[in-house]
Amino acid sequence: MSAPASLSEPVFPPLQINPELVRKILVGFIQNEVRKVGFERVVLGLSGGVDSSLVATLAAQALGPKNVLSVIMPYRTSDPKSMSDALQVVRQLGIEHLEVDITPQIDAYFARFPDADPRRRGNKMARERKSIEYDQSSAFRALVIGTSNKTELLLGYGTIYGDMASAINPIGDLYKTQVWQLADAVGVPTAIVQKAPSADLWSGQSDETELGFQYRMIDQLLYYLVDRRYSVDELKGQGFDQAFITEIVRRVRENQYKRRLPLIAKLSSRTIDREFRYPRDWGR
Amino acid sequence: MTGDGRLSVALAQMDPALGDRGRNLERHREWVKQAAEAGAQLLVFPELSLTGYFLKDLVPDSAIQLDSPQMRELAGLSADLDVVLGAVIESPDHRYFNASVYFSRGELQHVHRKVYLPTYGMFDEQRYFAPGDRFRSFATPFGRAGILVCEDIWHLSSAYILSLEGVDMIICPSSSPGRGITTDERLGTAESYALVCRTYAQFLTTFFLYCNRVGFEDGANFWGGSMVIGPNGDIIAQQQDADEALVLAHIDLADVRRERLANPLLRDERIELTINELRRVWHERTRKPF
Repeated sequence: MSAPASLSEPVFPPLQINPELVRKILVGFIQNEVRKVGFERVVLGLSGGVDSSLVATLAAQALGPKNVLSVIMPYRTSDPKSMSDALQVVRQLGIEHLEVDITPQIDAYFARFPDADPRRRGNKMARERKSIEYDQSSAFRALVIGTSNKTELLLGYGTIYGDMASAINPIGDLYKTQVWQLADAVGVPTAIVQKAPSADLWSGQSDETELGFQYRMIDQLLYYLVDRRYSVDELKGQGFDQAFITEIVRRVRENQYKRRLPLIAKLSSRTIDREFRYPRDWGR
Repeated sequence: MTGDGRLSVALAQMDPALGDRGRNLERHREWVKQAAEAGAQLLVFPELSLTGYFLKDLVPDSAIQLDSPQMRELAGLSADLDVVLGAVIESPDHRYFNASVYFSRGELQHVHRKVYLPTYGMFDEQRYFAPGDRFRSFATPFGRAGILVCEDIWHLSSAYILSLEGVDMIICPSSSPGRGITTDERLGTAESYALVCRTYAQFLTTFFLYCNRVGFEDGANFWGGSMVIGPNGDIIAQQQDADEALVLAHIDLADVRRERLANPLLRDERIELTINELRRVWHERTRKPF
């Protein structure tokens, strides 16, 4: 397991944020984009990690805690600490919550495919959870609010139509190191902010071990690569290791498909999203 | 204006509905009423206030023609106070312009078609709009004015040309999306616009009325920050927050004369020198073999 993220280490200066300014914009974003399509409520999967705890906090501030339904969806191999962390967030915010153990349906499915590797199992769990969120969104008359941050979206470190799916996502333009800063500022419990990030598909799993690099370093590289559009040579000039650059650039490129709608074979003169371009907030 | 140069101006820092002209017209009526009750004599709305900003393929559906009943209805907003509002204008040959129009006493006084259409980064205006081809000042009941729409002010020549026409005020309706998060109290865009608007006011010794919208469209936020700046570069009134607000300011157009006496920058401008040098640069550019 890699070292836990520590707020005591200095943040790379270009990624330092004014948390109050960001908080205000994101609370406004949630209020505006939820209400103008006729909703008052949101539903999210609460894992006990920093991303979903932050989104739950922002949503509770934006819409009121009773308009936020958090669904806690453990599998039998999930770390019990995740559940207790999630419940701490629920209590602290006073938001609605629901527990759904996904073990029966996951195990029933994989009983037919016992050779499935951890990746297949992990992706299936992520999609199972999202399908529960969407079903609950109908029952709770809510929008599904997403919890993917900019680092995971760029690296493709998520499941397409699983955890990456949502109606609106308030934190998709914040790198993981920025999520930590904002989460700390809005009062997400310190233990949650400081714990090692994990998809929690099995106990002791760690994002940084799987990715092979620390988020602090990844975010610095992504900042230069994506935000500042540095070339690979320029990145080397910044002192980044060649293998590190190669791996991150490969991940960003290979996972581009996850960030786009499905490709549509072009036939007519006005194809959806090619010549047929309307804002999503059409008439709102 | 009371005859001595004093004038009450108002900026409607509003949140238009995207692609819903009817609803926005109703909102314009409410802002006009509120501004009139507050004693404003001139009310400025943001860029594309009648339609919203990220229209994409809604541009043709949102358009109105200059000689249409809809335009006469808009002119009616200016019965009690002068009004600047933003609309999509369709020309008789079916080009669509991102325009701001000035109405006074129920009549159309001036149309500015946005010249510089941002088509980079998050912007795609040239895909949908035709560019305007002029910067012209015009007479108002209060003095000479010129309109620059949002991106127009990011080109020095636009404000410079208006200043040489002798404007007392530059009116800048804007739909500027907020971006640039640092440790600063304000977004990068807010800092940049404040710098540009104040610089123009002071360099060109003119009042500067900047009206930006608020709200969200497809996840993008608009940061507000509407401000009235005096001809010495001082901010007279500003709405710091991204909330809907009517920004009111009492200004004295005689400050323009006083400022130009103290700093006769405009008197000392060398138009012919500038034209000659620009012509030289242009010729040298066109003579280059590659």
